[in-house]
Amino acid sequence: MIRILARQREVWLAAAIALMIVAVAMRFPAFARPANLMTVFNDYSILIILALGQMVVILTRSIDLSMASNLAFTGMVVAMTNAAFPWVPIPVLIVMAMTIGAGLGAFNGALVWKLGIPPIVVTLGTLTVYRGATFVVSGGAWVNADQMSTAFIQFQRGWFLGIPVLSWFAIVAVVAFYLLMTRTALGRSIYAAGVNPTASVYAGIDVGKAKFVAFCVSGMVSGLCGYLWVSRYVIASTEVASGYELQIVAACVIGGISIAGGVGTVIGAALGALFLGIIGAALPVINVSPFWQLAISGSAIILAVILNARGQKRGGRIILKKAEAA
Amino acid sequence: MHSPALDDEKSMKRAAREPLLKLSGVSKSFPGVRALHDVALALYPGQVTALIGENGAGKSTLVKIMTGIYQPDEGEMLIAGETVALPTAHAAFEKGVTAIHQETVLFDDLSVAENIFLGHAPRNRLGLIDWKTMRANAREVLGTMGAGHIDADTPLRDLGIANKHLVAVARAMSIDARIVIMDEPTASLSAKEIEELFLLIEFLKSQGKAILFISHKFEEIYRIADRYTVFRDGEMVGEGMLAETSQNDIVRMMVGRAVDHIFPQREPRIGGPLLAVDGLSHPTEFEDISFELREGEILGFYGLVGAGRSELMQAIAGMTRSSAGTITLGNEAIAPKTAADAIEAGIVYVPEERGRQGVIIGLPIFQNVSLPSLRKTSKSGLLRLAEEFKLARTYTERLDLRASSLSQDVGTLSGGNQQKVVIAKWLATKPRVIILDEPTKGIDIGSKAAVHTFMAELVAEGLSVIMISSELPEILGMSDRIVVMREGRMVSIYDNAGLDAETLVRAAAGIAS
Repeated sequence: MIRILARQREVWLAAAIALMIVAVAMRFPAFARPANLMTVFNDYSILIILALGQMVVILTRSIDLSMASNLAFTGMVVAMTNAAFPWVPIPVLIVMAMTIGAGLGAFNGALVWKLGIPPIVVTLGTLTVYRGATFVVSGGAWVNADQMSTAFIQFQRGWFLGIPVLSWFAIVAVVAFYLLMTRTALGRSIYAAGVNPTASVYAGIDVGKAKFVAFCVSGMVSGLCGYLWVSRYVIASTEVASGYELQIVAACVIGGISIAGGVGTVIGAALGALFLGIIGAALPVINVSPFWQLAISGSAIILAVILNARGQKRGGRIILKKAEAA
Repeated sequence: MHSPALDDEKSMKRAAREPLLKLSGVSKSFPGVRALHDVALALYPGQVTALIGENGAGKSTLVKIMTGIYQPDEGEMLIAGETVALPTAHAAFEKGVTAIHQETVLFDDLSVAENIFLGHAPRNRLGLIDWKTMRANAREVLGTMGAGHIDADTPLRDLGIANKHLVAVARAMSIDARIVIMDEPTASLSAKEIEELFLLIEFLKSQGKAILFISHKFEEIYRIADRYTVFRDGEMVGEGMLAETSQNDIVRMMVGRAVDHIFPQREPRIGGPLLAVDGLSHPTEFEDISFELREGEILGFYGLVGAGRSELMQAIAGMTRSSAGTITLGNEAIAPKTAADAIEAGIVYVPEERGRQGVIIGLPIFQNVSLPSLRKTSKSGLLRLAEEFKLARTYTERLDLRASSLSQDVGTLSGGNQQKVVIAKWLATKPRVIILDEPTKGIDIGSKAAVHTFMAELVAEGLSVIMISSELPEILGMSDRIVVMREGRMVSIYDNAGLDAETLVRAAAGIAS
């Protein structure tokens, strides 16, 4: 029942996105041109990837507030490596970014799993720690465009089959996460552990370990996005993506990922990020102050939460009540 | 604050003859379950009445009716001769009914004085809490109870359970409660603390309070109570003075009953030993447990709640660790560290609470069924949906599950069908030993019979079953042999030929026969 509603919500979300595009295009037809939509998608590819990582964590009834700081730290380390050793091939740097990111995520996960500290506390702590570590490794200095190699800057700007490489990262991430969540035992365990951790333990699932793995995944994509971000904006500083964790969580919530865990889909998370993307791209076109963007995405979050809550109510808790009465 | 002065012997006698609280004709039903049927109860001032009955006899429901949490469907309640209705917990409180629970319901972060006077704290002229008076009054109440050692300013968190009980009683005193319900107050107390509690109960008696004392422990009941009322299956089956009634008579009242449903007839084909547990111990929950489960056997585990049966089974199924002893399955020693290990070895544990521990609402039926078998249904890391469906179809069809599609959320099914999904989930792991913890708790008679028939089928196929049950007819009707546990230890193991219920209850309660 919840699943069916969730699926409907994804349809609605896609419809809302289409409606916004049509509405803006009525006054500014250029907005709906494929080339423009491609640009919007490309601009928000990083948010899509991050939202997927966050989704996995939220599904296990946790939250990762340290993603943006992880991204900043990893981005800085990768950029400094490139500045110092310009001959290191980009794929190696990407693997390095993902490894460092996964390591930072594993640290979060280990604190949650082994010490039983609430995820919001752990990642609120590491949000500051990783941001501080960025300052420590860089000494507060920036890595600028002229220090980065051409390959470092140009790699994700390339085109492949008529689509920018950055967008390909997002597309591949969506497919990979879709397979992970629907077709692997790990994905299934993450859903089960989120919906009903007690019953999952009895079914032989290690709920703590599922959380740990989820944090490793969110850390890994944060690391990947660390490289993508610094190469896209051609700067690595201690302030990179500061406060962006809230956008990531917002994309998930709008996408129908239940903060209570266990409910939500890959498509939902991706659409949630795109929804924010379309708002972000449309408002300047129709001459609305960017400050309205915050208010509108805020309203969208609240609306999404209300829809979630209503969906869950309809899911029914009749059996539990009966068991209590008996 | 001011308890009725009962210094005059005559008035005391007259008061003792008239019940302070009288319930009559009280019935209460829940969907599919009749919890209470036409019960009566009388509590007398200055006397302790013990409420005795098996689990599920309706004791808790009655307490909830007396404290305004549930509304009876029928029946009336008189307090001091006046008909009263208790629509809310607050109404009960105002009528002077108070309950002291096993796990005291007080506020850990508030001080002793605040806990005693919460909701009726003395106020000063500005309407603010008069702390000075409150502390003084708290000290006075504690003093009269002989609990002057408790400092009124201590946060409750710093007190032991026994002292928390004292605070709860002080609270009852402060609201001038006339009727005090004690629901298994001794369950987590040490022997010394129990003695202190009994002194307190004596004090409450001397104050003319009417006390309802609920306990499973006969020695305590005979020690402290004056009267008894026995409940069975939601009906009142006997009452009287304890001094005139033997323990065996009470046991007989608790268990004697008409057979309410027929258990499946079966011809047990019992094979050789399959599971051997030897000297299994846990630091706090159970000690030195040894038994053998044979192929095709149903081994029942009987005992009072808290006897350590579930904890023992959870250790065997890898959910908790044992500290000593061995488990042998077939010819192999096993030491499951996780539930996954035990499932792999062929031991599954079906927990008691279906809603919280069994079904995973929000996941479709087929995913519920395949969850413990994911390793079997995946190949090189990827799940094979076709295999999952096949597994789910095989086992749900066998259990005659009524569902329009296996992709349907399990939450849309009825309770009985959800139970089938849970059983299918465990059978799909192809276990050798299946441990059922209270398999029919809280389900209607029809579903109970279905579960029993199904258990008979399982053992007929050579599976071995361990069944924890606190229901005597079930344990006697289904088991080949019965292990009785008491306070974490094995009392004895009985062959179920010609075994009577009284023997079991006596063993579980620790009464010498």
